[in-house]
Amino acid sequence: MIQGKNRPVKTSDESLRVFDCAPVFIATGIHAFTLRELIEGLRVVHPGSVQHHFWGRLLRPVIDEPEYSNDFAGWTGRELRDKVLAERLSVIYPTDFTNVEEFRHGIIDIIENRLDEDLISHTAMARQPFHFLRSQLVVFDTGTRIGDRSELADAVKGMSEGSIFYHFVEARRRTEKRCDDFSAWLESNSGDYHRLCVDLTAIDPYFSSLCEIRDRLENLFRQGWPQL
Amino acid sequence: MSQFLDRYGEIAGKDVIRQLRLLARELEGVRVVHVNSTKEGGGVAEILHKMIPLKQDLGIDASWETITGDAAFYQCTKAMHNTLQGDKTIITEELLHVYEETNRKFADQMHETLAEADIVIIHDPQPAATIRHIPHRKGRWVWRCHIDISRPQRSVWNYLREHVAAYDSSIFSMQRFSQRLPHIQYLIPPSIDPLSEKNMDLSAQEVLEEISPFNLIPDIPLLLQVSRYDWFKDPIGVIKAYKMVRKLTPVQLVLAGGSASDDPEGEAVLEEVRRAAGEDPDIHVLQLPSDAHRTINALQRRADIIIQKSTKEGFGLTVTEGMWKGKPVIGGEVGGIRLQVMDHRTGFLVNSPEGAALRIRYLLHRPDVRLQMGHQAREFVRENFLLTRHLRDYLALMVSLLKGKEQDPYLEIHVP
Repeated sequence: MIQGKNRPVKTSDESLRVFDCAPVFIATGIHAFTLRELIEGLRVVHPGSVQHHFWGRLLRPVIDEPEYSNDFAGWTGRELRDKVLAERLSVIYPTDFTNVEEFRHGIIDIIENRLDEDLISHTAMARQPFHFLRSQLVVFDTGTRIGDRSELADAVKGMSEGSIFYHFVEARRRTEKRCDDFSAWLESNSGDYHRLCVDLTAIDPYFSSLCEIRDRLENLFRQGWPQL
Repeated sequence: MSQFLDRYGEIAGKDVIRQLRLLARELEGVRVVHVNSTKEGGGVAEILHKMIPLKQDLGIDASWETITGDAAFYQCTKAMHNTLQGDKTIITEELLHVYEETNRKFADQMHETLAEADIVIIHDPQPAATIRHIPHRKGRWVWRCHIDISRPQRSVWNYLREHVAAYDSSIFSMQRFSQRLPHIQYLIPPSIDPLSEKNMDLSAQEVLEEISPFNLIPDIPLLLQVSRYDWFKDPIGVIKAYKMVRKLTPVQLVLAGGSASDDPEGEAVLEEVRRAAGEDPDIHVLQLPSDAHRTINALQRRADIIIQKSTKEGFGLTVTEGMWKGKPVIGGEVGGIRLQVMDHRTGFLVNSPEGAALRIRYLLHRPDVRLQMGHQAREFVRENFLLTRHLRDYLALMVSLLKGKEQDPYLEIHVP
């Protein structure tokens, strides 16, 4: 589990508290033109930067269908044209690691292994550097409470993209089972929501915009299951 | 005033407005002062004209002050603007003395206002030295840089850096513009106001009426570049591209510029542009007053393709404006244009007049692609570059500054 603050999303009466968040993006001043520089940057950069480059694209202006699932993979594939490394970096997930430092080293290991096996990788230089950024999330309680599962669809429809990010994406860093807040809340209450939770895990946050995720969540909650 | 903010909800989404109100609860009564060098002309003034009342609508005690000076001051600051973007001009000691002295006088005049504010946001180099003359400051001071200083003339940046380093933090439009500074550098792209006269919806009839003085030919495709007459906007390169296209297909070009009250170089560039245009009746070189927002709006809506062939650009709000009108943009691969123009999605990035000509020809040949790109461009702006997003970024930044926890990845606001 990657460490971080735990904000109780459940109230004492088992309602789901809806939070929102607004990102603040920060330049680190660190950039890389080569894989070796990327490794050096990864070694020293703020831990928030490592996390940012896996989730941050959801909160930044992007229009393209992402070919890869995170910024490290995208830059490697696009600027260095090392498709092998890009693919390997694409299947590493923050939730696979206990904490951000292990995650950092996991990424470095993948890149160093690539350097060991391919001499060309040592000399490849990008035209556009990789700029390490980090972000700060300002998290605030909206005051909205979801008391009953039947309220989920309407509640999600009215959520901002910041709320969607916080409860569906960022939650995977916080929750004990590395899942979104909706799944965690449903599982903690009585009722058989196993099927619904499985359907929720099928929504891959890496390849959708927050707007698309919101729509899919609303549709899913509105479809109506026997449990509701 | 609440209805003022709610009108943006009809465009950006009600959830966006709700988010702004929630975030602003932490900032009620906070005194924020913005300082720049002009209230007329230029992207910064346009943004502040709306940002200030919106912040006030949210309960923030926001105000706006401008530093003014004589011709020598503007000569110096224009030279700073150019040299920070890579130009090799030498700025004399005499001009720097005028710059320092103007900032000192401004600090004297505004001492109490600035010293007692909770947050002061100083925009660009013109007022940057003010901080030196207000040593006892209550609040946090932020330097907001709107220009591309990724490759500055080093001596000028080293001079300016001595002032900027005294700030509590800085804001840049893109990460590549940031520099080594002893404080946190935030990244906030600028934005457009969708309800302004420059960006509001216009009917087809209104567009025709507004552009009728320019005698444009109705059935001939129109290329448009809207920018100050400035070398970094490469208006000569745009004319070259037009001429290459014109050899093969009918097309007309409008270059629409004006001047910001703090830009003394414009006349020289305009003269050169008129020479390059020559007697071609299909090249229209317009010098518009600084308040010709509706005219620019109409021209952008009439245009088939928006051009912004800059060789240096801070962010490029004219690109954002053109995209908001649902037009594809052919832009120089520089600065903030790279953040907005995505090849084959919202337009094309080019590196030469020849590149621009190539893409113009392609788009003229493919009206279906123009339509699709234009639609994507507008939606991209809606989600990322409207004033509401910009305001949200400022609010989040202000909360972060006032809480003083810039190193924390998460900053939690507690609802009382």
